Amino acid sequence: MLMAGTSSSEFIPHHLQHLRYDVVAGEWAHATDGIVNFHLINVDTMVMGLLMGLLFFTLFYSAARKATAGVPGKFQAFIEIVVEFIDNRVKEVFHGDRRFLAPLALTIFCWVVLMNAMDLLPIDVPGMVAGAAGAEHFRVLPTADINTTFAMSLTVLVLVLFFAVKAKGLGGFGHELVTAPFGAHPALWIPNFALNVVELLAKPVSLAMRLFGNMYAGELVFMLIALLGFAATGSFASGGVGSGIAFLFGQVAMALAWGGFHIIIILLQGFIFMVLTVVYISMGQEGH
Amino acid sequence: MQQYIALIQAYTALGIGIIIGLGAIGACIGIGIMGSKFLESAARQPELMPRLQGSMFLLAGLIDAAFLIGVAIAMFFAFANPLLARLAG
Repeated sequence: MLMAGTSSSEFIPHHLQHLRYDVVAGEWAHATDGIVNFHLINVDTMVMGLLMGLLFFTLFYSAARKATAGVPGKFQAFIEIVVEFIDNRVKEVFHGDRRFLAPLALTIFCWVVLMNAMDLLPIDVPGMVAGAAGAEHFRVLPTADINTTFAMSLTVLVLVLFFAVKAKGLGGFGHELVTAPFGAHPALWIPNFALNVVELLAKPVSLAMRLFGNMYAGELVFMLIALLGFAATGSFASGGVGSGIAFLFGQVAMALAWGGFHIIIILLQGFIFMVLTVVYISMGQEGH
Repeated sequence: MQQYIALIQAYTALGIGIIIGLGAIGACIGIGIMGSKFLESAARQPELMPRLQGSMFLLAGLIDAAFLIGVAIAMFFAFANPLLARLAG
């Protein structure tokens, strides 16, 4: 919610605040104390993430219910293109039964893309709508919250471990954990194990940080562009009509340019998250 | 107190500049090498272009990622500096 008379120096910190609920205290949290506080829930992230998931499910469910074997409509054709595209990507990377992996990849791709796409909403509109409902802050972009991305990537880690254990058995997986890169000599067990643990942990961290960094940076650039609007009103207020119009024009042009570029990033990051998930799972399954 | 704040701000600003600058150098070199190799291989075997294009975009996203993570962290320090918040608290 953008109050009238908000200064430009307050604009960005204000827009970076989550709508937080303190579960332990049972009240809305106003100040953020510390970086890590497990009492707080980012309500805006949860609501938007679940909404986007629901949107994905309803869209694809209704398409599947109404699907015909005859001439498909535009909607069905679109859904078919998406499903086939993802299925082909998975087929390239993963050789085997993909009855679980292909739908997983489809879910990840569509969900991440839908959540990322929230970045294209005008920067103040979600805040205004939420503000009308009485919310102090509202960040509409769930993937610019590190909690979302880490939740997704840690789930992927669990799946990687699950599929590795399923393919090799608990003994086989444990054996590989201590003998894999260097060899089975007992003196090499500890370095092997350390290397494997680092390798396993690097996967979710890089997945989560990549998506978070891209979306956070993208959101911030939109906010910086929005600051030009403040410069424009400042110029108009002090009588500089020419510079005010220049600022306004600059804001529109830069927002268009960055928005166009950002559409690529939105799709690309969803795609990368999906492909890497499949790659990690098939790597874990195939072994060394 | 003012001096300490100024000191932290100055060092943070330097850090932000170094993070974004060095990250941009790395990402640009990476994209440049990949782009030139892509054009080379596309000229050598034009029939492979669609497949190469797909993996090129994928890799472009991967190369960009480290830089953009750096930008995000730098921006975080620019607008919500945790070091400065510690001084206030």
